[in-house]
Amino acid sequence: MEQNVTTYKASDYKNSQSVRWCPGCGDHAILNVLHKAMAELGVPPEQTVVVSGIGCSSRLPYYMNTYGMHTIHGRAAAIATGVKTVRPDLSVWQISGDGDGLAIGGNHFIHAVRRNVDINILLFNNKIYGLTKGQYSPTSDRGTVTKSSPYGTTEDPFITAELVFGARGNFFARSIDIALDTTKEVLMAAARHKGASVVEIRQNCVIFNPGSHSTLSDKERRDNHTIHLYDGKKMLFGKDMEMGLVQDGFGLKAITVGQDGYTIDDVLVHDAHNPSYILHEQLAMMDGEKLPLAIGVIRDVDAPTYEEDVARQVADVKARRGFSSLREMILHTSETWEA
Amino acid sequence: MVNETNVKTLDRVVIRFSGDSGDGMQLAGNIFSNVSAGEGNQISTFPDYPAEIRAPQGSLSGVSGFQVSVGKGVHTPGDEADVLVAMNPAALKTNLQYLKPSGIIICDVDTFKPADLKKAQFATDDPITELGIDPKRVMLVPMTTLLRHTLEGTGLDPKAILKCKNMLALGLICWLFDRPLESVLRKLEKKFARKPDIFDANAKVLHAGWDYGHNTHSSMPTYRIETMSTEKGVYTDVNGNTATAWGLIMASEKSGRPLFLGSYPITPATDILHELAKRKDLGVRACQMEDEIAGICSAIGASYAGCLAVTTTSGPGLALKSEAMGLAVMAELPLVVVDVQRGGPSTGLPTKTEQTDLMQALYGRNGESPLCVIAAASPTDCFTMAFQAARLAIEHMTPVILLTDAFIANGSSAWRIPEESEYPEIKPPVVSEAMLQKGWKPYDRDAETLVRYWATPGTPGAMHRVGGLEKDEHTSVISTDGPNHERMVNIRREKIARIADSIPELEVLGNPDADTLLVGWGGTYGHLYTATEELNAKGTPVAFAQFRYINPLPKNALDVLRSYRNVIVAELNTGMFADYLQMHLPMKEILRINKIEGQPFMVREIVEGVERHLENISK
Repeated sequence: MEQNVTTYKASDYKNSQSVRWCPGCGDHAILNVLHKAMAELGVPPEQTVVVSGIGCSSRLPYYMNTYGMHTIHGRAAAIATGVKTVRPDLSVWQISGDGDGLAIGGNHFIHAVRRNVDINILLFNNKIYGLTKGQYSPTSDRGTVTKSSPYGTTEDPFITAELVFGARGNFFARSIDIALDTTKEVLMAAARHKGASVVEIRQNCVIFNPGSHSTLSDKERRDNHTIHLYDGKKMLFGKDMEMGLVQDGFGLKAITVGQDGYTIDDVLVHDAHNPSYILHEQLAMMDGEKLPLAIGVIRDVDAPTYEEDVARQVADVKARRGFSSLREMILHTSETWEA
Repeated sequence: MVNETNVKTLDRVVIRFSGDSGDGMQLAGNIFSNVSAGEGNQISTFPDYPAEIRAPQGSLSGVSGFQVSVGKGVHTPGDEADVLVAMNPAALKTNLQYLKPSGIIICDVDTFKPADLKKAQFATDDPITELGIDPKRVMLVPMTTLLRHTLEGTGLDPKAILKCKNMLALGLICWLFDRPLESVLRKLEKKFARKPDIFDANAKVLHAGWDYGHNTHSSMPTYRIETMSTEKGVYTDVNGNTATAWGLIMASEKSGRPLFLGSYPITPATDILHELAKRKDLGVRACQMEDEIAGICSAIGASYAGCLAVTTTSGPGLALKSEAMGLAVMAELPLVVVDVQRGGPSTGLPTKTEQTDLMQALYGRNGESPLCVIAAASPTDCFTMAFQAARLAIEHMTPVILLTDAFIANGSSAWRIPEESEYPEIKPPVVSEAMLQKGWKPYDRDAETLVRYWATPGTPGAMHRVGGLEKDEHTSVISTDGPNHERMVNIRREKIARIADSIPELEVLGNPDADTLLVGWGGTYGHLYTATEELNAKGTPVAFAQFRYINPLPKNALDVLRSYRNVIVAELNTGMFADYLQMHLPMKEILRINKIEGQPFMVREIVEGVERHLENISK
């Protein structure tokens, strides 16, 4: 069996175009990891379609040696839905930024998630508009000062995960651009999940929003401000995994094991496959300040996919009362007469 | 039995059914049309209904109408009705304007009660006199009373009984025009297959209507309507929206490309979505998306993935799809956009007809964004033109806008079901193995047609990226080079222009030797054709040409227009097509006949319009 399987290298998914993102941009790291993840997944490049909207991150399809569509602002989810619905055999990826995916494309985003079409949505979240040179985005924190909010924004941001769960999503994972192994892990989990998979990657815009997530990325701070969740494992974090998450009333609480009467038994065990999203949402809403930002696969639950049900319905109807041609259908279903 | 001596023969007759929008007038009208078509009559129908689903009962705004012309030489639903069926005073009041001065009125006298008269804003208790109608033209039928008597003891509740009233009117009309009740019953049986008690009630009421006519008005003449010998074949009655759906399916069969529809409900286009959603029995994937933009975008995705991809809409939806159409122009992907035009601007007159999206279809996108625009001439022509839209989209790798309108979309006529062999194969310009060997690039083109080739995901060695950014003419990578952009703009324009090589030439009807050419486009064909016949019969020589291909124009079009001294363009807008032709023929004065009332032309208006222009010229 092994002999029949073609193996791929990351370079098989990479094309000769020179990558034009700013030096130091987090997108470079994500692109390289994506090439590697695809090689490891082993889906042939010709069976892979990468669809994007507009924005810095949406240039990504041009750097892939796969089929690709760089489309219009906000509409990647709708276009990817069309590709997957007619061709369930293809592996379909959507690349969007926070502006493309959650502002102008917010409607398509929630509906793609609700419909549960089997596409992998990579949301590059840098909390800023880069390609239009620095305006606030729907994920910018309240008060963010940008060119279009010189006195700070007066609105609350979307939390990506909250939208996903609000749209009844079944897969949500998160990574940070510099966390290459985690990014690869969540990309592969997203690809293996049947249904709409949302992967939020916190990404650093070195030009317009530099250091926006330094607490999450700096070597000395990140251990205490992030928690990597693994299905079936205790929710532990910190440099020596000395801290953990415990249930505290209706919410969660970070504790140090062995202090204040907490033991390892009090620490919660992650269950990404649990159909209830209540705890998943609480985990996903942790912002890296009071509670650590959760990375890894937060929710991964099986549900019927859109394109499979569409295909099944077509097959069912055809088997039950299908026709071989238009003419035959008209003759059987319409009032006709002969002249 | 009908007294033979009392049977009169008519060439064609126009009947208008009118009542509350819940009175079932559309159904009664539809059945009458179907039965007539089955008898060998030509038919043309025009449902005229309000935007409200159920406006207040008995009110003027809630009146729904269905007009049908049956007989021979039928090309329109008729300017005015010979018979008006009015189910209540409001229907009588609003529909009297559509009745010939000599026409007959059949109405339910039981509805002439103070409350109904008040709702219809009558000042007196005698609506007939108040409207100045000659009582001799009116058949006052106690429909509600008859209905209750007929269905007494059936156990049906009063609401269900009232729902059968349309069959009483239909029975009466069938008696008047000698239609066989058996075929009406067959249709009812099918409709109420799962509700045998409702079928029984409707059948009883239908017979009661027929008997009422026969017993109480036996001295009145009944009519025989002339039939037309038509091409041999199997026929069905089809409206424009259904014909559009079927034409697309035929194109899918002929191209071997699965049919995908991405759409969003909008009046008056939604019935195309309804029909294609049913056609899973033919493998069609019809998806209702979250909005108009998602409708077209999902179709663009499906097109890239190798399908015959379609989106359907009306004017406001076309506006929302503009940006995505530009993407399809840039990516050079096949896409059919069906725009069933309605009154605008904005929400406008959602259920009424207009030809006001022409400029939007031609130019309503950013940048130099040419695409192919065609229009269907009649309900049955929607089949042909939907097929053609798909053929041109696939063979020329371009979005194609098919313009129909509320009038032909909802109107119907008899249609011969074609054999598959009557339509040509559609040949997608697929990337070949040989091309791939030679180092194919996405924007390599056929030297003659300038069409690029279609490489679909799953094809090894043809991985490529398309997108909205300008691409290099040769390498197909992103390019911001000015001269390259100009070349690409010209290539895209020329590619569309060369479609003229694969569309039919403009046909001239009427009297081709006349000095005057009457010109129309799209759904006004029937009215213009009939007006041409009438003008020539009256001794005014007129030639007639209806455009179905608008961008590009048929190759001979400008020569045809130049060869006539007077060119008169009649259209349901303020002169968009006339302006378009004027742009191509700056030296020629294009005369115009325009109407923007949300209603189709009346033949009379065109005849008078042509005569007026010719009078002015001769002065």
